[in-house]
Amino acid sequence: MIDWKDKREFWIAGAKIADPEAERLRVGSVCVQKGRITEIVWQKSVETDLPVLDAERFVLAPGFVDLHAHLREPGYEERETIETGSAAAAAGGYTSIVCMANTNPAIDDPSVVEYISCRAQQIGRCRVYVAGALTKGRLGEIINEYFHLKRAGVVALSDDGAYVTNSQVMRSALEYANLHALPVISHCEDAFLSSASQMNEGYTSTRLGLKGAPAAAEEIAVSRDCMLAQLTGARLHVAHVSTAGAVELVRKAKKKGARITAEATPHHLTLDDRLLDGYDTNLKVNPPLRGVKDVEALRAGLLDGTIDCIATDHAPHSEIDKDVEFDEAPAGMIGLETAFAQLHTELVAKGVIDLLDLVKLMTVKPAATLALPGGRIAREGPADLVLLDPAEEWTFEKRFIRSRSKNTPLVGARFTGRVQGVFLEGKWQSAV
Amino acid sequence: MRTEGEEDEKGLRKEEIAARFSGKRGGGTSSGVPFPQTRPAQVSGRGKHTVPFNRKHLLGLEDLAAEEITTILDTADTFKEISERPIKKVPALRGKTIANVFYENSTRTRISFELAEKRLSADTVSFSKTGSSVSKGETLRDTVENIRAMKVDMVVMRHGSSGAHRFLANFLDASIVNAGDGQHEHPTQGLLDMMTMRQHLGALDGKNVTIIGDIMHSRVARSNIWGLTKVGAKVTVCGPSTMMPAEIERLGEGGVTIEYDIRKAIAGADAINILRIQLERQKARLFPSMREYFEVFGVTPEVLASAPEHCIVMHPGPMNRGVEIAQEIADGDRAVILEQVTNGVAVRMAVLFLVAGGSFDSGTPE
Repeated sequence: MIDWKDKREFWIAGAKIADPEAERLRVGSVCVQKGRITEIVWQKSVETDLPVLDAERFVLAPGFVDLHAHLREPGYEERETIETGSAAAAAGGYTSIVCMANTNPAIDDPSVVEYISCRAQQIGRCRVYVAGALTKGRLGEIINEYFHLKRAGVVALSDDGAYVTNSQVMRSALEYANLHALPVISHCEDAFLSSASQMNEGYTSTRLGLKGAPAAAEEIAVSRDCMLAQLTGARLHVAHVSTAGAVELVRKAKKKGARITAEATPHHLTLDDRLLDGYDTNLKVNPPLRGVKDVEALRAGLLDGTIDCIATDHAPHSEIDKDVEFDEAPAGMIGLETAFAQLHTELVAKGVIDLLDLVKLMTVKPAATLALPGGRIAREGPADLVLLDPAEEWTFEKRFIRSRSKNTPLVGARFTGRVQGVFLEGKWQSAV
Repeated sequence: MRTEGEEDEKGLRKEEIAARFSGKRGGGTSSGVPFPQTRPAQVSGRGKHTVPFNRKHLLGLEDLAAEEITTILDTADTFKEISERPIKKVPALRGKTIANVFYENSTRTRISFELAEKRLSADTVSFSKTGSSVSKGETLRDTVENIRAMKVDMVVMRHGSSGAHRFLANFLDASIVNAGDGQHEHPTQGLLDMMTMRQHLGALDGKNVTIIGDIMHSRVARSNIWGLTKVGAKVTVCGPSTMMPAEIERLGEGGVTIEYDIRKAIAGADAINILRIQLERQKARLFPSMREYFEVFGVTPEVLASAPEHCIVMHPGPMNRGVEIAQEIADGDRAVILEQVTNGVAVRMAVLFLVAGGSFDSGTPE
């Protein structure tokens, strides 16, 4: 492939364009100038003096948008930094990500928001939006200064990783977030019910002798937050929905008119708890991988719109932290670099959804969920684009990983479909 | 790696195995060493031929085939006799080094393994959580890598984390014998329970075994369920619903039956296995008081009257007398609890011997 690193004005010609506003893929060509899309024509080739990238083999889509990434900086730089996380995002086809607030210090102060935003801009490999913490220190006790956080640039509020146990605090948080027009992302988990749990509760947890978290631990929490969203009229986004019951709760709350959205992760959509058989700590996540019926319900939720979008819950942990006994290992897996390939292989290639649906779930839909710009291919819009080869068969290898942490169970997996690279404001970053 | 010749050795009939251990030389003459040449009492009543045991590790009973379990039990039956001798030692594992790594407190399992190893003439080192590098914060992997670097042939490990042995097996070339992992498996306990049942009840196919107590947190229950159901026994579990794990009825080959009424649970039992109830479960609010536990699930003479006359009473120990088991039962004539302890040594000898594989050549006494 031509080196597009330094080209600032060019045409991408003959690609199948996955425009989320369209009904289907269409062959077309896109002109990029000074970081913006200046022209879109629905023809295979163009006559121009500018350099032309022949993209006939590829699908051109808006750069992916992830609402749920843990960048670990500040505080846990041995797991991930804004730099390595941005590189991982770009390699996974993402041009915009939202980073979560469970850093150290937590993102509960404007100074932390500003630090992250500045660092991300200096690095310039991915747009990084910031979720501020819902409560001081993410302790679920005192609500933060949402006005100040918003002025510093946060796009949402979340104590992700922790549930706000006190319902009065959560009510206040929702009311006050609503005042400042900020959506609240809730990590729904009754921590008493899931206390010391290692995986999903069920036959496999009984077999393996690992303490299970029942689906009810998630569903009780989803239920309460849906009720509080209705009570307050606030914008609630339910993070990483993983159980059939939680999908149903969100579905019902939406029908009642609550302003609720929900996301599902690539791993919860494609993997189930039977895989924990070998006690691979890279499969330990929170919420845990659930049963086959839950996976089916999540997919049904994607199809009927109950699940609004896909979010990775990219959660880096060092090899040192993961290379221990199962119950000593922290929960989380990285996901930015494999999300598209994993979902394309399991959902698109197997006929569950089509490619354009997947693109929507990874672009315009997450962007709309948190009212972020991006996720579209539009004239005069920023040239944030991803180039995909849906036909490429490849094996995911550890050496490909750009994230600082390597905690993924997918090393060695065979995928169909691969991200070739992204244009961020027209600047090419190769993923292969 | 085992050679074909060694395979043959693994396929020896147990009489032959016993003969090797009693010091009989190829020519059939007495070795002159003070090992009596008597055959151990034949108690199993199982088939004469024993299938080869070709596993490097014993991680759990779930992975084993019924025939492999029978091989271990048959071998244990022959080994039991060694502990009856005036000189309780055979050279089967001479020159082998075994590390006993105990990350959890254990008295009987550890002593039982150590005795088994010594009676097989292995060199042993023991290592426990207190006073070791574990308390200095070293990872399991590093600790065991160090043991590996010292060229240990076998690691007997007890660990509080379920799956810890599988984790080790990923990078350790020594054989691993599971002496209990978290709430997952305690295979040698399961085997010694089965050995004891077999001695009293004969073949286990079709026998009814009831396990009573904290099923959820019990590795003994799981190993019993897998081992017993594989050889065709029917298992019933009984205990507080708060300590009954999810979908337990699917566990084991063909599943198990749940019965919360202890009298009904033991009504047709050939053996009952009473699990230790731990005080910490009360703190976790899984049952309200020891007093109430004893009233509802304690095995008393009055409760045991519901079981058939021949039903034996087992307990993996240590017992909480007056909590899960009444004093009269613990000391009664249906209790085989100390036999379990005796059999434990024989089972562990059999497991160590079989897992060591092909150690006969160096094991012939001079």
